[in-house]
Amino acid sequence: MNTLQIARLVAAKDLRIEWNSRVFVNQVLPFAGVTMVIFAFALDADSVLQRVAPGLVWLATLFSLLVLVQRAFAVETADGALDALRVAGVDPRAIYLGKAAALGVQLLVLEAVLLFAAVVLYGQTIPAGGWVLLVTTLISATCGLAAVGTLYGGLAAGFTGRETLLPLLTFPAVAPVLIGATRAVEAALGTAGAVVSDGWPWVGLLAVFAVAFGVGGALAFGPLIDE
Amino acid sequence: MTTTDPTLSPTGPVGDRRSSGAGTGTRGTRIIGIATIVAMGWLVAFGLGFSPEDRDQRESVRLLYVHVPTIWIAYLAFIVTAIASVMYFFGKKKSLGWDRLAGASAEIGTAFVAVTLVIGAMWGRLTWGVFWQWDARLTTTALLFVTYIGYLAVRRLGGTHEQRARRSAVIGMLAVLEIPLVHWSVRLWRSLHQEATVLGTDGDVSMDGLMLFSLFIGVIAFSLLYVWLVMHRTRVMAMEDLLDDRDLDEALAARHAEAEPVVAAGNEEGTA
Repeated sequence: MNTLQIARLVAAKDLRIEWNSRVFVNQVLPFAGVTMVIFAFALDADSVLQRVAPGLVWLATLFSLLVLVQRAFAVETADGALDALRVAGVDPRAIYLGKAAALGVQLLVLEAVLLFAAVVLYGQTIPAGGWVLLVTTLISATCGLAAVGTLYGGLAAGFTGRETLLPLLTFPAVAPVLIGATRAVEAALGTAGAVVSDGWPWVGLLAVFAVAFGVGGALAFGPLIDE
Repeated sequence: MTTTDPTLSPTGPVGDRRSSGAGTGTRGTRIIGIATIVAMGWLVAFGLGFSPEDRDQRESVRLLYVHVPTIWIAYLAFIVTAIASVMYFFGKKKSLGWDRLAGASAEIGTAFVAVTLVIGAMWGRLTWGVFWQWDARLTTTALLFVTYIGYLAVRRLGGTHEQRARRSAVIGMLAVLEIPLVHWSVRLWRSLHQEATVLGTDGDVSMDGLMLFSLFIGVIAFSLLYVWLVMHRTRVMAMEDLLDDRDLDEALAARHAEAEPVVAAGNEEGTA
């Protein structure tokens, strides 16, 4: 089997674990939802919420990303599963890509739910012309977030203090994703008079980010967990 | 030993370089230390005394003699960290000396960035009226600071020295990937979402000769300080690793062995 086939197996395994445990559906999605509600408490006025809704969607995504990454590696370290995978001779790049793919799928679902929440709670509308940009942004931003999250999650896995280390490492690294994805979604939704064509340069940034961290992560993951 | 030797082995020169067994100073660090003090004295004299006040910024321009050198040296420190990380990671010997150099350099670089940010905020308050502006360069610097705090946290994760070295080398190299992306995105963010900022240029396009000279002294002084601190810090790290590696008894025995000649000499003096 080549790396990609193994990666697919790892991803399927992760998603099956999630599906059976229902942690994603029962805990992470409600957490993201409640985050959207407390943002409304903090920012109060409707006009402010409408203006900042795309940014809030991505902030809620980032917070949930941390929860998801912790969870993704908790199942690996609990019974020494990660070590078992390594002992079985599984290519670390395949583990990385597989786990990142599984994380990406969950993030995409999460983002769709959060966008729906933004439509319902913050009065956003999605214009017909913005759909292509919106979907492209979601996919490229998700790839970047999944790449960074898996990389730093693997680094911190199994060490005391990982819960606090993960956000410290992740947030500065994903700052470009937060900036780029927020602007691109603003353009797609037409927030504050933004036009769709404004969004495409940001998608370029997101794509470069995703490729850079995807390649960097796949190369660095082996040395990080191999100990 | 007048230079930091990154390939310094933990059991080697640390012990026999010193005769008194206390401290990490050598002739080399002492010379650099004295040079640092002299250069700092010059910097104070030129920065606060001889250099003129700026036409627009008045006295606050003097903050730049610290602000600018510290950030330059911080960039240099992070470049050293990246290079040392590469040397550790791809080197055949996997010498922990490179890892310690990377760690020491990152620590001092982070401290220098903190100085830059604090001094910059003071300068900003005096010149712009606010401590902070969401300017591309400021924002990138703040994220740079947090990134290297994360790097230092990774170094403290625990495990063996080799685990620490490998993990931090990877993070040290990833930071090089991360910083340009952050800078690019922040610049794009500011350029698209803010009209030309007032703060772009400082107004001193043609810098006064004496000011430039003071700045030059600042760079020299802080470079020397950096070298001096890195030399000491790498040696302290080597000693820490040494302590971790051996049993405490062994370490104690080694220290006793180092101290013995001195104690003996002291006794002789006492009895004579």
